[in-house]
Amino acid sequence: MRIETREDVALWRVIMAPPLAVLAALVLGAGLIIWAGEPVLASYWALLKGSLGSSFALNETLTRSTPLIFTGLAAAVAFRAKFYNIGAEGQLYCGALAATFFGTGMISLPPYLMIPFLMLVGAMAGGAVLIVPVLLKTHMKVDEVVTTLLLNFVILLLAGYLLEGPWKDPMSLGWPQAAPIVDEGIWPPLLAKGRLHLGFIFALVAALLAWALMRFTVWGYEIRAVGLNASAAGFAGIGVNATVIRTALISGGLAGLAGVSEVAGLKGYLTLDLSPGFGYAGIAVAMLAQLHPLGVILSAFFISAVYVGADAMSRSTDIPTYIADVLVGLSVLTILVSVMLTRYRIRWN
Amino acid sequence: MIGDILEILLTAGFWAATIRIVSPLILGTLGELICERAGVLNLGIEGIMTMGAMAGWMWVFQGGDLWGGIVFAAFIGALFGLFHASFTVYLGLSQHVTGIGITLFASSLSYYVFRMLLPDATTPPKIVPFQPYAIPGLSDIPVIGEALFSQTPLTYLALLSVPAVWYVLERTPLGLAVRMAGENPVAVESQGIDVLAVRTGAVMVGSAFMAVGGAFITMSAFDAFYFGMINGRGWICVALVIFASWRPGKALLGALLFAGLDALQVRAQQLAGAQIPYQFFLMAPYVLSIAAMVIMSRRALYPKALLVPFRRGDRV
Repeated sequence: MRIETREDVALWRVIMAPPLAVLAALVLGAGLIIWAGEPVLASYWALLKGSLGSSFALNETLTRSTPLIFTGLAAAVAFRAKFYNIGAEGQLYCGALAATFFGTGMISLPPYLMIPFLMLVGAMAGGAVLIVPVLLKTHMKVDEVVTTLLLNFVILLLAGYLLEGPWKDPMSLGWPQAAPIVDEGIWPPLLAKGRLHLGFIFALVAALLAWALMRFTVWGYEIRAVGLNASAAGFAGIGVNATVIRTALISGGLAGLAGVSEVAGLKGYLTLDLSPGFGYAGIAVAMLAQLHPLGVILSAFFISAVYVGADAMSRSTDIPTYIADVLVGLSVLTILVSVMLTRYRIRWN
Repeated sequence: MIGDILEILLTAGFWAATIRIVSPLILGTLGELICERAGVLNLGIEGIMTMGAMAGWMWVFQGGDLWGGIVFAAFIGALFGLFHASFTVYLGLSQHVTGIGITLFASSLSYYVFRMLLPDATTPPKIVPFQPYAIPGLSDIPVIGEALFSQTPLTYLALLSVPAVWYVLERTPLGLAVRMAGENPVAVESQGIDVLAVRTGAVMVGSAFMAVGGAFITMSAFDAFYFGMINGRGWICVALVIFASWRPGKALLGALLFAGLDALQVRAQQLAGAQIPYQFFLMAPYVLSIAAMVIMSRRALYPKALLVPFRRGDRV
């Protein structure tokens, strides 16, 4: 077996890679559905209907895609600079903690100031989590994958302590949850029915801004250059460390916004089950988008549809809900292979 | 407070608990170490441990015997290792992303398989796990006897694998080939040894160790399998490899330090429960892992070819 570099990569290969990867993941997942004794096509049809088949389902899919766009962007921006931020889950909770700290009566502002203010502090809190890991990486060569991952556990325990202790809402009947965000900080709903809220628009804007940043600015150019070849970028006069630090802060900020979005947009208050792993799913979102900020919108929508649809599917069949996570995990692996096949060809001889 | 902690450190129960807690960490750390010495970072560890925990437990629950369960867990672990190696060693894909993908896939697949085989289990069903086996004579030594020689056989296996892995890695031609595959694959190739095969073998063996580490948790430490069982232990093992500067002996020391702190935190919690919230004790191992990585990173002599895919004929 030999692996050869393709001389020029056809655009259609790049565009077709994600759909083919998704298809491959669905085919592999079909084995598990057959094992559960359910018909494959009917089950996937139930999944599709459960995620897009009604206005209620579509609304739910868009709502769930909102935090995934933010965490997907967080991973996409950082991975572009080869900074492997696996800590979006913790950064999400830090954003939520900051929004809760400032949004539950500490400060009183009119809505048009309160909403941006909470977003700002949430993003800053999310970015702050990464200061230690990124400085350890740039100055001491400590691997950021492990440090960012371990911090997730620390932050979740911190949130647990705050919600069971000093921040516990006395009105919550004993549940570990914080006081509700003041009305001025709440993100209004977009539609009369359903849970879709202003955060979805914010997420789209964030994706557009991230795309513009990567595509048209010097910063974006530096981020891409450092990711492609850090030593060459350094030789060309780009401050590699400064670029990695900047990228990390942007990434953490985006993940923090996911937390603000869930607290101020969806739930209205902070609980410990705020995120069912949006931070980790964001990695899959970013991979599926081939780290392209606009692609993140599409892939977040797809992965959200898998989660929402799988819930509906497993209610009507004997397929366990874990199928959603299996399909997402499989998609990460199949996209890796399919992206590779756009750049290389395998010769069997 | 300090006096209370010293008192805890003198009890045999504390040391027995430390040795119990250290067993899965040792197996996972050795597994990761073998992979990394051959030049492959295996971030699939968290998922592979979950898989091992489920597979070994399920084998016994379905009527198999305990050692058969361990062999089965190791086999499943090696399969996932082969999976990881075909992506990273043969296709040369990003080791970071592949590992994370395998963790996402393997852990969710474990829960899926568990639900499929036991769809109606509301309370986690139990097995009869490995029982402590007191080594005649040695277990009568005060303190050390109870701590070291009254454990389950799986703990003895974990402890004995430290010198075994050290011996194979440092003193045999096979170990030399593995280490060179992680340092200078071109030199290995020039000796007529297949780098890809060596790396694949190392990742499979390493992943088998990880899976047995996971199986320890469901088959020796506890008697049931439930959601989130591994709870970051795999990631701690990745940190411990760095802490150990890629040396098996130091890995044992590092793992003992962590297990000791963990055992201490359970006991200190009972003393100081009112003063210090339990979450802060639970944070300690993670914070210390990060601190340990920082301290050790200065002298970390990491394998030179770690993370670098090897492509034949593609040498620069």
